[in-house]
Amino acid sequence: MLERPPRERIHDFEEVDPGLSQEEAVAEAMRCLQCKKPSCVAGCPVSVAIPSFVSAVASWDFAGAAAIIKEENMLPAICGRVCPQESQCEGACILGVKDLPVKVGALERFVADWERAQGFVPPARSQSTGCRVAVVGSGPAGLCGAAELARRGHTVILYESLHAPGGVLLYGIPSFRLPKDIVQAEVAQIEALGVEIRTNHLVGRSVTLEDLFAFDAVLLATGAGLPYFIGIPGEQLAGVYSANEFLTRVNLMRADRFPAYDTPIRRGSRVVVAGGGNVAMDAARVAVRLGASVTLVYRRNEEDLPARRAEVVRAKEEGVNFEFCAAPVRILGESEVTGVTCVRMVVCAQDGNMRPVPSPVEGSSFTLDADLFIGAIGQGPNPLLIREIPGIARGEVGNVEVDPDGRTSVSRLFAAGDVATGAATVILAMGGAKKAALAIDQMLIRSGSV
Amino acid sequence: MYLIEETKQLADRVFQIWIRAPHVARHAKAGQFLMIRVAETGERIPLTISAVDGDSVRVIFMAIGKTTTWLSRLATGDTVLDVAGPLGRPSEIKPYGTCAVIGGGVGIASIPIIAAAAKRAGNYVIGIIGARNSALLILEEELAGTCDELHVATDDGSGGTHGFVSDVLKTALQKQKIDCAWVVGPAMMMKVTSMVTKPFGVKTFVSLNPIMVDGTGMCGSCRVLVGGTTRFACVDGPEFDAHQVDFDLLIQRQRSYLNEEKSAIEEYLVHTCQCSGGSPHA
Ligand SMILES: Cc1cc2nc3c(=O)[nH]c(=O)nc-3n(C[C@H](O)[C@H](O)[C@H](O)COP(=O)(O)OP(=O)(O)OC[C@H]3O[C@@H](n4cnc5c(N)ncnc54)[C@H](O)[C@@H]3O)c2cc1C
Ligand SMILES: Cc1cc2nc3c(=O)[nH]c(=O)nc-3n(C[C@H](O)[C@H](O)[C@H](O)COP(=O)(O)OP(=O)(O)OC[C@H]3O[C@@H](n4cnc5c(N)ncnc54)[C@H](O)[C@@H]3O)c2cc1C
Ligand code: FES
Repeated sequence: MLERPPRERIHDFEEVDPGLSQEEAVAEAMRCLQCKKPSCVAGCPVSVAIPSFVSAVASWDFAGAAAIIKEENMLPAICGRVCPQESQCEGACILGVKDLPVKVGALERFVADWERAQGFVPPARSQSTGCRVAVVGSGPAGLCGAAELARRGHTVILYESLHAPGGVLLYGIPSFRLPKDIVQAEVAQIEALGVEIRTNHLVGRSVTLEDLFAFDAVLLATGAGLPYFIGIPGEQLAGVYSANEFLTRVNLMRADRFPAYDTPIRRGSRVVVAGGGNVAMDAARVAVRLGASVTLVYRRNEEDLPARRAEVVRAKEEGVNFEFCAAPVRILGESEVTGVTCVRMVVCAQDGNMRPVPSPVEGSSFTLDADLFIGAIGQGPNPLLIREIPGIARGEVGNVEVDPDGRTSVSRLFAAGDVATGAATVILAMGGAKKAALAIDQMLIRSGSV
Repeated sequence: MYLIEETKQLADRVFQIWIRAPHVARHAKAGQFLMIRVAETGERIPLTISAVDGDSVRVIFMAIGKTTTWLSRLATGDTVLDVAGPLGRPSEIKPYGTCAVIGGGVGIASIPIIAAAAKRAGNYVIGIIGARNSALLILEEELAGTCDELHVATDDGSGGTHGFVSDVLKTALQKQKIDCAWVVGPAMMMKVTSMVTKPFGVKTFVSLNPIMVDGTGMCGSCRVLVGGTTRFACVDGPEFDAHQVDFDLLIQRQRSYLNEEKSAIEEYLVHTCQCSGGSPHA
């Protein structure tokens, strides 16, 4: 189906892409070559049996398709919408060499939306094991880990510090990419498995470490929600936001509907966003919807943008201006933002990850008029809880170090998602959580607790 | 949903409510706060935990804007949708010797729990509270019971000493050695009062009140400058070394939403006047 035209969609927060109709989905599925050695599956971080589910769609067996996907992916309605398919399954599709790859993401989303419309039947749960597991954080890692553990008969308490579950899915990713009723429906499915979600509980404060270790096992899934500031002059001015604050005010607190909702936000008429990832794109596109003219400043070249390609294209369609190879060096203003001084960057060398390293060009500074500045230069794991856990091994970005099964250096404590990997993706968070849940299950069985 | 167990007006526009919130009450300590959201459309606002009793916590607030006015109109038996906490680091309570706990205006709300904890740790506790006038003074009786001595000041002289808490503190400092002080109140009052303790070398804590959104360290709205570094008041504070805090910046950032706040309360008052009929405060 066609995306909603930019002129129309920049005035609301409704979904940009309306999704495939049944006929479109079946036709798209029939394009699949059903490769013997499917490279798409290898490209999927959780190895969904893509050719099988696509083949089920091609024969109009949507329920069968849903069952196949759900064997590996608990949150297909979400992943179908937000996974970076171009660098995963679709990027590996053989058809993509000469033509367009099969739209695996759109098909996954179609199947999940179809299933949700039918009404959800909770899968059978194993008999209760009597073991109690605490899951900390209700983003994709926590939700997925909790579901896997509950299915295996463990009693799961899921703690969330905010007033509603979902993590970044709720407060970070805007509803025009991921409608919130979909997140709520997925959360409801997880509650239907018997997971008890306790919101407003900040672990480390409402729940102490002692409380936590009274459980038979703990899965840490607290994400990477700590916003980094650039550290340039002017960042304390009114009108400077971290992308997290800007997005939280709108997505979680509905500041776009102020004063019907009480949380205010500065809308800005000229907004400068710094960054080039999904977070930066989301902040820019939300600012557009609040009525601003938006310039996004990114220090590398366009082809280096880490954001999903489709979202970059949509941001451009919606009128976001891009300044590539530029970086902010000073935010101007007395008490409020009046402009942003930037410098040109040249990309000269490559770093350890073969990413280009930009460096400033002398004498190249220029100023953009602005009344709002949004920094979207990255987030790290929130140290609040982890710095208090004695003996926990931590990595370079303040993340919790884990083995391939999610075990931390602390006995009975596992970690998954952004807190373990540093800021990554929804699917990697889920994949890690699933492994950790299986390892927890094994540990409980082996220790005879079950 | 969290039950309002008791409500009481303490002074002009100052209210106290007891909320049943076992998860907050269980581990709450002096110096910590909670985030409250009245209903689905509400803002999350921070309020200091002023006392704890069993499964319940007390907050005291001044009805100055939309949310606090809304809260002030709730009655015993009503509920609020969300209460998260306890948040922030607890006060650094130690056996210092002699402690002064100083509250200004509605900031007095934070004082009883700190005074009680300091007392339990074996300190001699001097309470100093002040307000614009005696009608705005709160918790005098309660604090008189907790503190070893309690001094009162009002700006207009209608109660206690005529003057500011900072004046009373200065007099006290000239007479006796004070080892540690807590100052809680409006940013300007904290700034002025901590300037008084500085020359005496008194370790001084202030409880900063920047605008917050989540209260859990994930947005940076509450960032403050302490000793030249950016700190998040909700997780690194709210209490900081007073002599390191950039108060002017705090005051500047607190004003970020003046226009929006004004329109929110105006709209709320107009709206509730027309349709609330029997509400006693409307
Ligand atoms: C704006 C934005 C857009 C993004 N877009 C995409 C995209 O298009 N595609 C994609 O794949 N990825 C995207 N990502 C990345 C993706 O969202 C994350 O990788 C993913 O959400 C990580 O999941 P998680 O479960 O580890 O953590 P989170 O989703 O961060 O959830 C962690 C949860 O834990 C809670 N928590 C933290 N500490 C505590 C505590 N002490 N006690 C209780 N609860 C706690 C938090 O409140 C939060 O709800 C985006 C991220 C952002 C911010
Ligand atoms: C850690 C912490 C603890 C606090 N404890 C208490 C308490 O125990 N009792 C109490 O009455 N207040 C307390 N505050 C302040 C309280 O949170 C604000 O007054 C409240 O958010 C106002 O909400 P409102 O919707 O009623 O008013 P708004 O419409 O949001 O604001 C009305 C007026 O209050 C000012 N204001 C807004 N937010 C703040 C703020 N965070 N600090 C100071 N002024 C502000 C505005 O500039 C405006 O003039 C605390 C703040 C923090 C950060
Ligand atoms: S209030 Fe959001 S980080 Fe402190």
